[in-house]
Amino acid sequence: MPALVLLSRRSPRRESRNFQAVPRWIFLLAAVGALFIVLPLLGMVAKVDWAHFIPLVTSEASVAALLLSLKTALASTTLCIIFGVPLALLLARTRFTGQGIVRALVLLPLVVPPVVGGLALLYTFGREGLIGSSLQLLGIDIAFSTTAVVMAQAFVALPFLVLSLEGSLRTAGQHYEAVAATLGARPSTVLRRITLPLVLPGLISGSVLAFARSLGEFGATLTFAGSLQGVTRTLPLEIYLQRESDPDAAVALSFLLIAVALVVVVLAYRSPRAPRQATP
Amino acid sequence: MKLSLASLAALASCLLLGATLASCSSAGDTASASQESSAAGSAVPELSGTLTVFAAASLKSTFTELATAFETAHPQVKVSLNFDGSATLVTQITQGAPADVFASADTATMAKLSEAKLAAGTPVDFASNVLTLVVPPSNPANIASFADAAKTGTKLVICAPKVPCGAAAQSDATAAGLSLQPVSEELSVTSVLGKVTSGEADAGLVYVTDARAAQDKVTTIPLGLASPTVNEYLIAAVSNSAHADLAAAFIALVTAPEGQKVLQDAGFGAP
Repeated sequence: MPALVLLSRRSPRRESRNFQAVPRWIFLLAAVGALFIVLPLLGMVAKVDWAHFIPLVTSEASVAALLLSLKTALASTTLCIIFGVPLALLLARTRFTGQGIVRALVLLPLVVPPVVGGLALLYTFGREGLIGSSLQLLGIDIAFSTTAVVMAQAFVALPFLVLSLEGSLRTAGQHYEAVAATLGARPSTVLRRITLPLVLPGLISGSVLAFARSLGEFGATLTFAGSLQGVTRTLPLEIYLQRESDPDAAVALSFLLIAVALVVVVLAYRSPRAPRQATP
Repeated sequence: MKLSLASLAALASCLLLGATLASCSSAGDTASASQESSAAGSAVPELSGTLTVFAAASLKSTFTELATAFETAHPQVKVSLNFDGSATLVTQITQGAPADVFASADTATMAKLSEAKLAAGTPVDFASNVLTLVVPPSNPANIASFADAAKTGTKLVICAPKVPCGAAAQSDATAAGLSLQPVSEELSVTSVLGKVTSGEADAGLVYVTDARAAQDKVTTIPLGLASPTVNEYLIAAVSNSAHADLAAAFIALVTAPEGQKVLQDAGFGAP
Protein backbone atom coordinates (compact mmCIF):
# COMPACT_ATOMS: atom_id res chain seq x y z
CA MET A 1 0.00 0.00 0.00
CA PRO A 2 2.65 2.66 0.92
CA ALA A 3 4.51 1.88 -2.32
CA LEU A 4 1.37 2.52 -4.30
CA VAL A 5 0.84 5.85 -2.62
CA LEU A 6 4.43 6.84 -3.39
CA LEU A 7 4.10 5.79 -7.00
CA SER A 8 0.88 7.68 -7.46
CA ARG A 9 2.48 10.76 -5.97
CA ARG A 10 5.34 10.56 -8.42
CA SER A 11 3.26 10.37 -11.58
CA PRO A 12 -0.43 10.68 -10.76
CA ARG A 13 -1.74 10.57 -14.30
CA ARG A 14 -0.13 7.28 -15.35
CA GLU A 15 -0.72 5.60 -12.05
CA SER A 16 -4.37 6.55 -11.96
CA ARG A 17 -4.77 4.60 -15.18
CA ASN A 18 -3.13 1.46 -13.82
CA PHE A 19 -4.34 1.70 -10.26
CA GLN A 20 -7.00 -0.83 -9.43
CA ALA A 21 -9.45 1.07 -7.25
CA VAL A 22 -11.55 -1.89 -6.08
CA PRO A 23 -10.37 -5.02 -4.29
CA ARG A 24 -10.76 -8.24 -6.21
CA TRP A 25 -13.42 -9.77 -3.96
CA ILE A 26 -15.70 -6.90 -4.92
CA PHE A 27 -15.79 -8.37 -8.43
CA LEU A 28 -17.15 -11.64 -7.08
CA LEU A 29 -19.99 -9.99 -5.20
CA ALA A 30 -20.69 -7.67 -8.12
CA ALA A 31 -20.85 -10.68 -10.44
CA VAL A 32 -23.40 -12.36 -8.14
CA GLY A 33 -25.41 -9.15 -8.14
CA ALA A 34 -25.31 -8.83 -11.92
CA LEU A 35 -26.20 -12.50 -12.43
CA PHE A 36 -29.15 -12.11 -10.09
CA ILE A 37 -30.57 -9.54 -12.51
CA VAL A 38 -29.48 -11.16 -15.77
CA LEU A 39 -30.34 -14.82 -15.09
CA PRO A 40 -34.11 -14.34 -14.71
CA LEU A 41 -34.11 -12.34 -17.95
CA LEU A 42 -32.28 -15.19 -19.69
CA GLY A 43 -34.74 -17.62 -18.14
CA MET A 44 -37.57 -15.66 -19.70
CA VAL A 45 -35.87 -15.39 -23.11
CA ALA A 46 -35.34 -19.17 -23.04
CA LYS A 47 -39.09 -19.61 -22.59
CA VAL A 48 -40.02 -17.52 -25.64
CA ASP A 49 -41.79 -19.58 -28.31
CA TRP A 50 -39.94 -18.08 -31.28
CA ALA A 51 -41.87 -20.03 -33.89
CA HIS A 52 -45.08 -18.32 -32.84
CA PHE A 53 -43.56 -15.08 -31.57
CA ILE A 54 -44.93 -12.84 -34.33
CA PRO A 55 -48.52 -14.18 -34.23
CA LEU A 56 -48.47 -14.00 -30.41
CA VAL A 57 -47.41 -10.35 -30.24
CA THR A 58 -49.55 -9.24 -33.19
CA SER A 59 -52.88 -10.61 -31.94
CA GLU A 60 -55.62 -8.00 -31.73
CA ALA A 61 -55.49 -7.81 -27.94
CA SER A 62 -51.68 -7.55 -27.88
CA VAL A 63 -51.52 -4.77 -30.46
CA ALA A 64 -54.28 -2.85 -28.69
CA ALA A 65 -52.38 -3.17 -25.40
CA LEU A 66 -49.05 -2.14 -26.95
CA LEU A 67 -50.52 0.91 -28.71
CA LEU A 68 -52.37 1.96 -25.57
CA SER A 69 -49.18 1.58 -23.53
CA LEU A 70 -47.11 3.68 -25.95
CA LYS A 71 -49.84 6.33 -26.19
CA THR A 72 -50.39 6.64 -22.43
CA ALA A 73 -46.67 6.50 -21.59
CA LEU A 74 -45.99 9.34 -24.04
CA ALA A 75 -48.83 11.38 -22.55
CA SER A 76 -47.69 10.80 -18.98
CA THR A 77 -44.07 11.62 -19.87
CA THR A 78 -45.27 14.91 -21.36
CA LEU A 79 -47.15 15.65 -18.13
CA CYS A 80 -44.03 14.77 -16.13
CA ILE A 81 -41.93 17.22 -18.20
CA ILE A 82 -44.49 20.04 -17.91
CA PHE A 83 -44.78 19.73 -14.12
CA GLY A 84 -41.52 17.99 -13.24
CA VAL A 85 -39.09 20.53 -14.73
CA PRO A 86 -40.45 23.42 -12.61
CA LEU A 87 -40.40 21.17 -9.54
CA ALA A 88 -36.78 20.19 -10.16
CA LEU A 89 -35.83 23.86 -10.74
CA LEU A 90 -37.44 24.92 -7.47
CA LEU A 91 -35.74 22.12 -5.57
CA ALA A 92 -32.30 22.70 -7.09
CA ARG A 93 -32.17 26.49 -7.53
CA THR A 94 -34.18 28.00 -4.70
CA ARG A 95 -34.38 27.80 -0.94
CA PHE A 96 -37.67 27.97 0.87
CA THR A 97 -39.01 26.72 4.18
CA GLY A 98 -40.29 23.19 3.96
CA GLN A 99 -38.17 22.43 0.89
CA GLY A 100 -36.98 19.19 2.46
CA ILE A 101 -40.56 18.13 3.08
CA VAL A 102 -41.58 19.00 -0.50
CA ARG A 103 -38.70 16.93 -1.88
CA ALA A 104 -39.55 13.98 0.35
CA LEU A 105 -43.21 14.11 -0.70
CA VAL A 106 -42.42 14.39 -4.41
CA LEU A 107 -40.14 11.36 -4.17
CA LEU A 108 -42.68 9.37 -2.13
CA PRO A 109 -44.15 7.49 -5.14
CA LEU A 110 -40.70 5.90 -5.59
CA VAL A 111 -41.00 4.01 -2.34
CA VAL A 112 -44.76 3.62 -1.97
CA PRO A 113 -46.14 0.41 -3.54
CA PRO A 114 -47.96 1.32 -6.79
CA VAL A 115 -51.16 -0.30 -5.55
CA VAL A 116 -51.12 2.18 -2.65
CA GLY A 117 -50.64 4.99 -5.16
CA GLY A 118 -53.62 3.65 -7.10
CA LEU A 119 -55.77 3.63 -3.98
CA ALA A 120 -54.67 7.18 -3.14
CA LEU A 121 -55.66 8.32 -6.65
CA LEU A 122 -58.96 6.46 -6.33
CA TYR A 123 -59.85 8.17 -3.06
CA THR A 124 -58.90 11.53 -4.53
CA PHE A 125 -60.09 11.49 -8.15
CA GLY A 126 -62.52 8.57 -7.93
CA ARG A 127 -66.25 9.08 -8.16
CA GLU A 128 -66.64 9.40 -4.40
CA GLY A 129 -63.17 10.86 -3.86
CA LEU A 130 -61.96 14.13 -2.37
CA ILE A 131 -61.87 16.00 -5.71
CA GLY A 132 -63.60 13.41 -7.88
CA SER A 133 -67.01 14.09 -6.38
CA SER A 134 -66.73 17.77 -7.41
CA LEU A 135 -65.42 16.84 -10.86
CA GLN A 136 -68.42 14.55 -11.17
CA LEU A 137 -70.70 17.59 -10.78
CA LEU A 138 -68.82 19.32 -13.61
CA GLY A 139 -69.46 16.29 -15.77
CA ILE A 140 -65.85 15.11 -15.67
CA ASP A 141 -65.62 11.38 -15.11
CA ILE A 142 -62.10 10.02 -14.77
CA ALA A 143 -62.78 6.49 -13.57
CA PHE A 144 -62.36 3.69 -16.15
CA SER A 145 -60.96 6.11 -18.75
CA THR A 146 -57.62 6.37 -20.51
CA THR A 147 -57.11 9.61 -18.56
CA ALA A 148 -57.03 7.54 -15.38
CA VAL A 149 -54.25 5.37 -16.87
CA VAL A 150 -52.19 8.46 -17.76
CA MET A 151 -52.69 9.87 -14.26
CA ALA A 152 -51.61 6.62 -12.60
CA GLN A 153 -48.49 6.52 -14.79
CA ALA A 154 -47.61 10.18 -14.20
CA PHE A 155 -48.01 9.66 -10.46
CA VAL A 156 -45.40 6.92 -10.31
CA ALA A 157 -43.08 8.36 -13.01
CA LEU A 158 -42.81 11.99 -11.91
CA PRO A 159 -40.16 11.39 -9.20
CA PHE A 160 -37.84 9.77 -11.76
CA LEU A 161 -37.78 12.95 -13.85
CA VAL A 162 -37.52 15.31 -10.86
CA LEU A 163 -34.73 13.31 -9.23
CA SER A 164 -32.73 12.98 -12.44
CA LEU A 165 -33.10 16.63 -13.43
CA GLU A 166 -32.41 17.98 -9.95
CA GLY A 167 -29.14 16.03 -9.91
CA SER A 168 -28.16 17.45 -13.32
CA LEU A 169 -29.01 20.99 -12.24
CA ARG A 170 -26.84 20.68 -9.14
CA THR A 171 -23.95 19.15 -11.07
CA ALA A 172 -24.13 21.84 -13.76
CA GLY A 173 -23.87 24.58 -11.17
CA GLN A 174 -24.98 28.20 -11.48
CA HIS A 175 -21.80 29.70 -12.93
CA TYR A 176 -23.08 30.41 -16.46
CA GLU A 177 -26.49 31.42 -15.15
CA ALA A 178 -24.86 34.04 -12.89
CA VAL A 179 -22.76 35.37 -15.78
CA ALA A 180 -25.82 35.62 -18.05
CA ALA A 181 -27.75 37.43 -15.32
CA THR A 182 -24.93 39.99 -14.81
CA LEU A 183 -25.02 40.59 -18.57
CA GLY A 184 -28.65 41.61 -18.17
CA ALA A 185 -30.53 38.47 -19.16
CA ARG A 186 -33.97 38.10 -17.58
CA PRO A 187 -34.67 34.96 -15.51
CA SER A 188 -36.83 33.46 -18.28
CA THR A 189 -34.10 34.10 -20.85
CA VAL A 190 -31.48 32.52 -18.57
CA LEU A 191 -33.74 29.49 -18.14
CA ARG A 192 -34.32 29.14 -21.89
CA ARG A 193 -30.87 30.01 -23.20
CA ILE A 194 -28.55 28.75 -20.44
CA THR A 195 -30.07 26.43 -17.85
CA LEU A 196 -32.17 24.11 -20.01
CA PRO A 197 -29.55 23.62 -22.79
CA LEU A 198 -26.97 22.91 -20.07
CA VAL A 199 -29.06 20.19 -18.40
CA LEU A 200 -30.63 18.86 -21.60
CA PRO A 201 -28.90 15.46 -21.27
CA GLY A 202 -30.23 15.14 -17.73
CA LEU A 203 -33.69 16.17 -18.88
CA ILE A 204 -33.59 13.60 -21.67
CA SER A 205 -32.43 10.78 -19.42
CA GLY A 206 -35.02 11.75 -16.81
CA SER A 207 -37.75 11.77 -19.45
CA VAL A 208 -36.63 8.42 -20.78
CA LEU A 209 -36.72 6.93 -17.28
CA ALA A 210 -40.17 8.41 -16.68
CA PHE A 211 -41.32 6.94 -20.00
CA ALA A 212 -39.93 3.52 -19.06
CA ARG A 213 -41.57 3.64 -15.65
CA SER A 214 -44.90 4.64 -17.26
CA LEU A 215 -44.60 1.79 -19.72
CA GLY A 216 -44.17 -0.71 -16.90
CA GLU A 217 -46.87 0.71 -14.62
CA PHE A 218 -49.21 -1.98 -13.35
CA GLY A 219 -50.41 -1.70 -9.76
CA ALA A 220 -51.70 1.86 -9.75
CA THR A 221 -53.37 1.40 -13.15
CA LEU A 222 -55.13 -1.78 -12.09
CA THR A 223 -56.36 -0.20 -8.86
CA PHE A 224 -57.36 3.18 -10.26
CA ALA A 225 -58.24 2.72 -13.93
CA GLY A 226 -59.57 -0.80 -14.34
CA SER A 227 -58.92 -3.03 -17.32
CA LEU A 228 -60.69 -2.84 -20.68
CA GLN A 229 -59.11 -3.65 -24.03
CA GLY A 230 -58.10 -0.52 -25.95
CA VAL A 231 -59.20 1.82 -23.13
CA THR A 232 -57.36 0.97 -19.94
CA ARG A 233 -55.71 -2.43 -20.49
CA THR A 234 -52.04 -1.56 -20.99
CA LEU A 235 -49.32 -4.07 -21.87
CA PRO A 236 -48.46 -5.07 -18.27
CA LEU A 237 -52.16 -5.69 -17.53
CA GLU A 238 -52.51 -7.71 -20.73
CA ILE A 239 -49.48 -9.80 -19.71
CA TYR A 240 -50.98 -10.43 -16.28
CA LEU A 241 -54.27 -11.48 -17.88
CA GLN A 242 -52.65 -13.73 -20.49
CA ARG A 243 -50.37 -15.33 -17.90
CA GLU A 244 -53.15 -17.65 -16.72
CA SER A 245 -54.85 -18.60 -19.97
CA ASP A 246 -52.04 -18.32 -22.51
CA PRO A 247 -48.58 -18.37 -20.87
CA ASP A 248 -46.83 -18.38 -24.28
CA ALA A 249 -48.46 -15.08 -25.22
CA ALA A 250 -47.58 -13.65 -21.79
CA VAL A 251 -43.92 -14.63 -22.27
CA ALA A 252 -43.80 -13.19 -25.79
CA LEU A 253 -45.32 -9.90 -24.63
CA SER A 254 -42.98 -9.82 -21.63
CA PHE A 255 -40.03 -10.20 -23.98
CA LEU A 256 -41.36 -7.32 -26.06
CA LEU A 257 -41.65 -5.15 -22.95
CA ILE A 258 -38.14 -6.11 -21.78
CA ALA A 259 -36.73 -5.29 -25.23
CA VAL A 260 -38.36 -1.85 -25.23
CA ALA A 261 -37.22 -1.23 -21.65
CA LEU A 262 -33.66 -2.29 -22.51
CA VAL A 263 -33.47 0.15 -25.43
CA VAL A 264 -34.79 2.89 -23.17
CA VAL A 265 -32.37 2.13 -20.32
CA VAL A 266 -29.37 1.97 -22.67
CA LEU A 267 -30.36 5.38 -24.04
CA ALA A 268 -30.76 6.81 -20.55
CA TYR A 269 -27.55 5.31 -19.21
CA ARG A 270 -25.32 7.10 -21.72
CA SER A 271 -26.40 10.58 -20.76
CA PRO A 272 -25.44 11.04 -17.07
CA ARG A 273 -21.84 11.71 -18.16
CA ALA A 274 -22.78 14.61 -20.37
CA PRO A 275 -23.68 17.17 -17.70
CA ARG A 276 -20.32 16.60 -16.00
CA GLN A 277 -18.49 17.43 -19.22
CA ALA A 278 -20.50 20.60 -19.49
CA THR A 279 -19.38 21.74 -16.04
CA PRO A 280 -16.69 24.41 -16.24
CA MET B 1 -6.01 -10.83 4.01
CA LYS B 2 -6.96 -12.33 0.70
CA LEU B 3 -8.15 -15.55 2.30
CA SER B 4 -10.36 -13.87 4.83
CA LEU B 5 -11.92 -11.72 2.16
CA ALA B 6 -12.57 -14.74 -0.01
CA SER B 7 -14.18 -16.55 2.88
CA LEU B 8 -16.20 -13.45 3.64
CA ALA B 9 -17.52 -13.47 0.09
CA ALA B 10 -18.26 -17.18 0.36
CA LEU B 11 -20.04 -16.62 3.65
CA ALA B 12 -22.09 -13.79 2.16
CA SER B 13 -23.16 -15.86 -0.82
CA CYS B 14 -23.98 -18.79 1.47
CA LEU B 15 -26.16 -16.50 3.52
CA LEU B 16 -27.83 -15.22 0.38
CA LEU B 17 -28.55 -18.63 -1.06
CA GLY B 18 -28.90 -20.33 2.30
CA ALA B 19 -31.67 -18.07 3.46
CA THR B 20 -33.88 -19.05 0.56
CA LEU B 21 -33.02 -22.74 0.82
CA ALA B 22 -33.74 -22.77 4.53
CA SER B 23 -37.07 -21.07 4.07
CA CYS B 24 -37.95 -23.59 1.35
CA SER B 25 -37.18 -26.62 3.44
CA SER B 26 -38.11 -25.41 6.92
CA ALA B 27 -41.68 -26.69 6.62
CA GLY B 28 -40.48 -30.20 5.82
CA ASP B 29 -37.87 -30.17 8.57
CA THR B 30 -40.21 -29.20 11.35
CA ALA B 31 -42.71 -31.75 10.10
CA SER B 32 -40.28 -34.68 10.28
CA ALA B 33 -38.93 -33.50 13.63
CA SER B 34 -42.32 -33.36 15.26
CA GLN B 35 -43.28 -36.68 13.66
CA GLU B 36 -40.34 -38.35 15.41
CA SER B 37 -41.14 -36.80 18.77
CA SER B 38 -44.80 -37.81 18.63
CA ALA B 39 -43.92 -41.36 17.56
CA ALA B 40 -41.74 -41.64 20.66
CA GLY B 41 -44.40 -40.07 22.89
CA SER B 42 -47.49 -42.17 22.21
CA ALA B 43 -48.27 -45.64 20.99
CA VAL B 44 -51.23 -44.60 18.83
CA PRO B 45 -49.89 -42.83 15.72
CA GLU B 46 -51.36 -39.34 16.08
CA LEU B 47 -51.38 -36.93 13.15
CA SER B 48 -48.52 -34.43 13.28
CA GLY B 49 -46.47 -32.16 11.07
CA THR B 50 -47.17 -29.22 8.81
CA LEU B 51 -49.88 -29.48 6.18
CA THR B 52 -49.61 -27.02 3.31
CA VAL B 53 -52.92 -26.18 1.63
CA PHE B 54 -53.11 -24.22 -1.63
CA ALA B 55 -56.65 -22.94 -2.08
CA ALA B 56 -58.57 -20.65 -4.42
CA ALA B 57 -58.80 -17.06 -3.18
CA SER B 58 -62.58 -17.30 -2.75
CA LEU B 59 -62.03 -19.98 -0.09
CA LYS B 60 -59.99 -17.69 2.14
CA SER B 61 -62.39 -17.18 5.04
CA THR B 62 -63.89 -20.68 5.03
CA PHE B 63 -60.59 -22.55 4.72
CA THR B 64 -58.98 -20.35 7.38
CA GLU B 65 -61.81 -21.37 9.71
CA LEU B 66 -61.50 -25.03 8.72
CA ALA B 67 -57.72 -24.96 9.20
CA THR B 68 -58.18 -23.66 12.74
CA ALA B 69 -60.71 -26.41 13.42
CA PHE B 70 -58.26 -28.98 12.01
CA GLU B 71 -55.43 -27.67 14.21
CA THR B 72 -57.70 -27.82 17.27
CA ALA B 73 -58.65 -31.43 16.49
CA HIS B 74 -55.01 -32.37 15.89
CA PRO B 75 -52.82 -30.33 18.25
CA GLN B 76 -49.60 -31.69 16.69
CA VAL B 77 -50.56 -30.36 13.28
CA LYS B 78 -49.84 -26.94 11.85
CA VAL B 79 -51.77 -25.91 8.72
CA SER B 80 -50.04 -23.51 6.34
CA LEU B 81 -52.43 -21.81 3.92
CA ASN B 82 -51.72 -20.18 0.56
CA PHE B 83 -54.59 -18.38 -1.19
CA ASP B 84 -54.42 -17.08 -4.75
CA GLY B 85 -56.12 -17.46 -8.12
CA SER B 86 -56.59 -21.16 -8.89
CA ALA B 87 -54.57 -20.94 -12.11
CA THR B 88 -51.67 -19.23 -10.35
CA LEU B 89 -51.63 -21.90 -7.66
CA VAL B 90 -51.69 -24.83 -10.09
CA THR B 91 -48.76 -23.26 -11.97
CA GLN B 92 -46.85 -22.94 -8.71
CA ILE B 93 -47.52 -26.59 -7.84
CA THR B 94 -46.43 -27.89 -11.25
CA GLN B 95 -43.28 -25.74 -10.90
CA GLY B 96 -42.48 -27.55 -7.67
CA ALA B 97 -44.12 -25.53 -4.90
CA PRO B 98 -44.52 -27.74 -1.81
CA ALA B 99 -48.29 -28.22 -1.54
CA ASP B 100 -50.05 -31.15 0.11
CA VAL B 101 -53.64 -30.23 -0.76
CA PHE B 102 -55.00 -28.20 -3.66
CA ALA B 103 -58.52 -26.75 -3.80
CA SER B 104 -59.55 -25.10 -7.07
CA ALA B 105 -62.50 -22.86 -7.89
CA ASP B 106 -63.32 -24.68 -11.13
CA THR B 107 -62.97 -28.03 -12.84
CA ALA B 108 -60.72 -26.78 -15.67
CA THR B 109 -57.95 -25.73 -13.28
CA MET B 110 -58.07 -28.99 -11.34
CA ALA B 111 -57.79 -30.80 -14.68
CA LYS B 112 -54.40 -29.12 -15.14
CA LEU B 113 -53.17 -30.71 -11.91
CA SER B 114 -54.46 -34.11 -13.04
CA GLU B 115 -52.83 -33.67 -16.46
CA ALA B 116 -49.52 -33.02 -14.73
CA LYS B 117 -50.08 -36.33 -12.87
CA LEU B 118 -49.87 -34.44 -9.58
CA ALA B 119 -53.39 -35.15 -8.31
CA ALA B 120 -53.57 -38.17 -5.97
CA GLY B 121 -56.71 -40.08 -6.94
CA THR B 122 -59.87 -38.46 -8.29
CA PRO B 123 -60.48 -34.87 -7.15
CA VAL B 124 -63.54 -34.49 -4.93
CA ASP B 125 -66.31 -31.99 -5.67
CA PHE B 126 -66.92 -30.22 -2.35
CA ALA B 127 -68.79 -26.95 -3.05
CA SER B 128 -70.33 -24.79 -5.74
CA ASN B 129 -70.68 -21.09 -6.34
CA VAL B 130 -72.86 -18.90 -8.56
CA LEU B 131 -72.64 -15.26 -9.58
CA THR B 132 -74.81 -12.44 -8.31
CA LEU B 133 -75.18 -8.77 -9.07
CA VAL B 134 -73.86 -6.33 -6.46
CA VAL B 135 -74.33 -2.56 -6.35
CA PRO B 136 -73.02 0.08 -3.92
CA PRO B 137 -75.44 0.64 -1.00
CA SER B 138 -76.33 4.08 -2.47
CA ASN B 139 -77.19 2.36 -5.79
CA PRO B 140 -76.32 5.44 -7.92
CA ALA B 141 -77.68 3.96 -11.16
CA ASN B 142 -80.93 2.69 -9.60
CA ILE B 143 -80.36 -0.88 -10.62
CA ALA B 144 -83.06 -3.36 -9.73
CA SER B 145 -82.37 -6.25 -12.10
CA PHE B 146 -79.69 -7.94 -14.23
CA ALA B 147 -81.20 -6.23 -17.30
CA ASP B 148 -80.70 -2.77 -15.70
CA ALA B 149 -77.01 -3.51 -15.24
CA ALA B 150 -76.64 -4.37 -18.93
CA LYS B 151 -78.06 -1.02 -20.08
CA THR B 152 -75.81 1.37 -21.99
CA GLY B 153 -74.31 4.02 -19.73
CA THR B 154 -74.30 1.82 -16.66
CA LYS B 155 -70.82 1.42 -15.19
CA LEU B 156 -70.83 -2.35 -15.02
CA VAL B 157 -67.64 -4.14 -13.96
CA ILE B 158 -67.12 -7.85 -14.56
CA CYS B 159 -64.20 -10.30 -14.70
CA ALA B 160 -62.28 -10.67 -17.96
CA PRO B 161 -63.65 -13.58 -20.05
CA LYS B 162 -60.38 -15.48 -19.58
CA VAL B 163 -60.84 -15.54 -15.79
CA PRO B 164 -63.34 -18.19 -14.48
CA CYS B 165 -65.70 -15.58 -13.00
CA GLY B 166 -65.66 -13.74 -16.35
CA ALA B 167 -66.53 -16.87 -18.28
CA ALA B 168 -69.43 -17.44 -15.89
CA ALA B 169 -70.57 -13.82 -16.34
CA GLN B 170 -70.66 -14.23 -20.13
CA SER B 171 -72.67 -17.44 -20.02
CA ASP B 172 -75.07 -15.97 -17.45
CA ALA B 173 -75.59 -12.99 -19.76
CA THR B 174 -76.26 -15.33 -22.67
CA ALA B 175 -78.73 -17.28 -20.53
CA ALA B 176 -80.55 -14.03 -19.69
CA GLY B 177 -80.48 -12.90 -23.33
CA LEU B 178 -78.41 -9.84 -22.44
CA SER B 179 -75.32 -8.36 -24.00
CA LEU B 180 -73.02 -6.88 -21.35
CA GLN B 181 -71.16 -3.62 -21.98
CA PRO B 182 -68.70 -3.47 -19.09
CA VAL B 183 -66.55 -0.39 -18.44
CA SER B 184 -63.87 -2.68 -17.07
CA GLU B 185 -63.00 -6.37 -17.26
CA GLU B 186 -61.02 -6.98 -14.10
CA LEU B 187 -58.38 -9.66 -13.65
CA SER B 188 -59.89 -11.10 -10.47
CA VAL B 189 -63.26 -11.22 -8.77
CA THR B 190 -61.84 -9.35 -5.76
CA SER B 191 -60.99 -6.41 -8.05
CA VAL B 192 -64.61 -6.35 -9.26
CA LEU B 193 -65.83 -6.28 -5.67
CA GLY B 194 -63.33 -3.52 -4.84
CA LYS B 195 -64.60 -1.33 -7.68
CA VAL B 196 -68.16 -1.71 -6.34
CA THR B 197 -67.39 -1.22 -2.64
CA SER B 198 -65.35 1.91 -3.44
CA GLY B 199 -68.34 3.31 -5.33
CA GLU B 200 -66.46 3.59 -8.65
CA ALA B 201 -68.76 1.16 -10.42
CA ASP B 202 -72.55 1.17 -10.60
CA ALA B 203 -72.71 -2.61 -10.53
CA GLY B 204 -70.54 -5.70 -10.58
CA LEU B 205 -70.89 -9.43 -11.08
CA VAL B 206 -69.28 -11.40 -8.25
CA TYR B 207 -69.77 -14.76 -6.56
CA VAL B 208 -72.53 -14.97 -3.96
CA THR B 209 -69.86 -15.84 -1.38
CA ASP B 210 -67.98 -12.58 -2.15
CA ALA B 211 -71.22 -10.63 -1.88
CA ARG B 212 -72.01 -12.23 1.48
CA ALA B 213 -68.46 -11.59 2.77
CA ALA B 214 -68.74 -7.90 1.82
CA GLN B 215 -71.76 -7.65 4.17
CA ASP B 216 -73.32 -4.16 4.15
CA LYS B 217 -70.68 -2.66 1.83
CA VAL B 218 -72.76 -3.86 -1.13
CA THR B 219 -76.39 -4.55 -1.92
CA THR B 220 -77.01 -7.91 -3.54
CA ILE B 221 -79.46 -8.26 -6.42
CA PRO B 222 -80.14 -11.87 -7.52
CA LEU B 223 -79.68 -12.53 -11.23
CA GLY B 224 -82.99 -14.40 -11.30
CA LEU B 225 -81.83 -17.03 -13.76
CA ALA B 226 -83.56 -20.39 -14.09
CA SER B 227 -80.26 -22.20 -14.63
CA PRO B 228 -77.29 -20.03 -13.59
CA THR B 229 -73.73 -20.99 -14.40
CA VAL B 230 -72.40 -23.04 -11.51
CA ASN B 231 -68.71 -23.17 -10.69
CA GLU B 232 -67.75 -26.47 -9.04
CA TYR B 233 -65.03 -26.45 -6.40
CA LEU B 234 -62.73 -29.48 -6.38
CA ILE B 235 -60.18 -30.62 -3.83
CA ALA B 236 -57.37 -33.15 -4.19
CA ALA B 237 -54.24 -34.29 -2.40
CA VAL B 238 -51.04 -33.56 -4.30
CA SER B 239 -49.47 -36.88 -5.29
CA ASN B 240 -45.88 -36.08 -4.30
CA SER B 241 -46.94 -34.86 -0.85
CA ALA B 242 -44.92 -36.12 2.11
CA HIS B 243 -47.99 -35.84 4.31
CA ALA B 244 -50.57 -38.02 2.58
CA ASP B 245 -52.18 -38.91 5.94
CA LEU B 246 -52.65 -35.23 6.86
CA ALA B 247 -53.93 -34.39 3.37
CA ALA B 248 -56.52 -37.18 3.51
CA ALA B 249 -57.67 -36.09 6.97
CA PHE B 250 -58.05 -32.47 5.87
CA ILE B 251 -60.03 -33.41 2.74
CA ALA B 252 -62.23 -35.63 4.96
CA LEU B 253 -62.94 -32.59 7.17
CA VAL B 254 -63.85 -30.39 4.18
CA THR B 255 -66.28 -32.98 2.79
CA ALA B 256 -67.70 -33.98 6.20
CA PRO B 257 -70.93 -32.33 7.50
CA GLU B 258 -68.85 -30.05 9.74
CA GLY B 259 -66.85 -28.66 6.80
CA GLN B 260 -69.90 -28.46 4.58
CA LYS B 261 -71.71 -26.39 7.22
CA VAL B 262 -68.86 -23.84 7.30
CA LEU B 263 -68.91 -23.60 3.50
CA GLN B 264 -72.67 -23.30 3.20
CA ASP B 265 -72.83 -20.69 5.98
CA ALA B 266 -70.51 -18.61 3.78
CA GLY B 267 -72.89 -18.90 0.85
CA PHE B 268 -71.40 -21.84 -1.06
CA GLY B 269 -73.83 -24.25 -2.64
CA ALA B 270 -73.80 -28.01 -2.06
CA PRO B 271 -71.46 -29.90 -4.42
